[in-house]
Amino acid sequence: MNFLLLRRLRTRANRRWVKDKMFEFLCQLSVLLAVVILISLLWSVFSTGFGRVSSQFLTSFPSRIPQNAGVKAAILGSLWVVGITAVVAIPIGVAAAVYLEEYKIRDSKLTDFIQINISNLAGVPSIVYGLLGLELFVRLAGLGRSILAGSLTMTLLILPMVIIVSQEALKAVPRTIREASYGLGATRWQTIRYQVLPSALPGIMTGIILSLSRAIGESAPLITIGAVTYISSIPEGVNDRFTVLPIQIFDWSSRPQKGFQDAAAGAIVVLLAILLVMNSLAIILRARARR
Amino acid sequence: MVDQRLRKISFASLVAATVAIFVAGCNSGDSSSTEKTEGGTNATTTTAEKLSGSISIDGSSTVFPISEAFSEEFGKDQSAVKFAVASSGTGGGFKKFAAGELDITGASRPIEASEIEAAKKNNIEFVELPIAFDGLSVIVNPKNSFAETLTVAELKKIWEPNSKVKTWKDVRSDFPAEPIKLYGAGTDSGTFDYFTKAIVGKEKSSRTDYQASEDDNVLVQGVSGDEFSLGYFGYAYYEQNQDKLKLVKVDAGKGGIAPSPETIADGTYAPLSRPLFLYINKKSLDDKPEVKAFVAFLLAKAKEIVPTTGYVQLPDEAYTIAQERVDKKVVGTSFQGAETGITITDLLKRETVK
Repeated sequence: MNFLLLRRLRTRANRRWVKDKMFEFLCQLSVLLAVVILISLLWSVFSTGFGRVSSQFLTSFPSRIPQNAGVKAAILGSLWVVGITAVVAIPIGVAAAVYLEEYKIRDSKLTDFIQINISNLAGVPSIVYGLLGLELFVRLAGLGRSILAGSLTMTLLILPMVIIVSQEALKAVPRTIREASYGLGATRWQTIRYQVLPSALPGIMTGIILSLSRAIGESAPLITIGAVTYISSIPEGVNDRFTVLPIQIFDWSSRPQKGFQDAAAGAIVVLLAILLVMNSLAIILRARARR
Repeated sequence: MVDQRLRKISFASLVAATVAIFVAGCNSGDSSSTEKTEGGTNATTTTAEKLSGSISIDGSSTVFPISEAFSEEFGKDQSAVKFAVASSGTGGGFKKFAAGELDITGASRPIEASEIEAAKKNNIEFVELPIAFDGLSVIVNPKNSFAETLTVAELKKIWEPNSKVKTWKDVRSDFPAEPIKLYGAGTDSGTFDYFTKAIVGKEKSSRTDYQASEDDNVLVQGVSGDEFSLGYFGYAYYEQNQDKLKLVKVDAGKGGIAPSPETIADGTYAPLSRPLFLYINKKSLDDKPEVKAFVAFLLAKAKEIVPTTGYVQLPDEAYTIAQERVDKKVVGTSFQGAETGITITDLLKRETVK
């Protein structure tokens, strides 16, 4: 009798053990899939593109002769656009998140409405932002097809993401910290400034990294607002016309000559390198903020 | 300690960011107005001098490689002239051109009546210049040994809306009964407009159950990997991928003719060769010496530069007549609505419609 019960328990345990292992295996498979895709992507890009990256490639303007073509204008254009987007989007995004999490009246219809809208905006296709930017910044505000107009359009594109991720980071800060701060006589501003924001900073930074990475990889909205594909001068200010790396890649990859396909792969390597530098910088900053 | 400092830094950068936005906002108004006055004073300089200023070009992505090539070559001597060349499509280019935002726009078809109307409303006049020929090639897989020549009627049967053609046998009875896989231009491209007009007879009228892409390289990949496929795209894409593709001769009633630089240029490769255009804003031509010099440069150098871009140059005479058009400031179009089968030089000599 005892023996039978033990056996039954054991088979049940076995079955549960198998289920446990199966789940673990499925999770591993998912990770493996992501890694395999990433590696094959990197391999295909690096094998054709890495040889193309040289000082000539980095310091030349586009050319009709693939061997002479370069990404100088595109790199500078991308850095300008992403830099100004960061400068505009980060303060506005974080401030909006702070308002929605720390100041909003709970259960108010208006804030709920705002919240739903922000979530929806995060899912709007990027080309729609391009059309909005064209009317709003290029035509109405009269900024022309400039870096500033491009950056403001990109700001609109990434704002919802910055706000949502920052909100999540603020939500993760324990209530007790706020209560302790108030208990010591701090005002709401002091609580946010000295307690809540510093604790939420690593999470907010993650959101900013992801958003800016998206901004540097977008081309559709910038093509819509009239970013150029060939430019013979480097941008010197926010009112200059510009091109960015994704537009250059898009153009080269659609050309018939094989040399341009290689140049496109080379430009992708450059774009990946810039992304990597940006992300590692942010990770270092985040690690310092955690300390 | 570190924490304290970091907090100070992050706060400072927040303030700096806000200041930067305001400064940027203020600047934008000033410098755009100075730019305009600069453009005005430049008008007094002569072409012999070093030119400055800027030239803004947009339009068809088919014409883009040509605009890029000329901008690059012109910039070698006149490095102070700033070029901005975009490619937002023939229609998109004409919209900006009609709003007076461009000096030059490229087009893979002649300007349409509605586009002329839009330009008129803003008092924009234009000089029309054909600049090169583009041939559309009909392509099959290299393993395909039966389809050497297709007639325009057969191509129409394949591509017309609600086409009954499912297998190669449906095209011609001695072809094998293998399903035919079709690859063609996406509906937003000028190539699609041109092919449908030339083959089916009506612009944008095509069967829809085919692999469509705006990117001709995707079509090259498709046809080269599919034994019983048929596709059409720009001749330059065939030229660069000859080892992977097989050209089909097109028979428009005078026997099968394969596209080549010669047959495209002399018009025997009909009906699938088309002229590409540049439209010049007359005001820019009058007021901006850099635009005038650039137009003269491109008509003089077209013979050498156009073939390097994968397109076919026009007969020499056409460029000479085009330069006369520019010198006499002949505005309007003589290509819009023109019947097919007339040489480019004859069309250039015609009265223009304003």
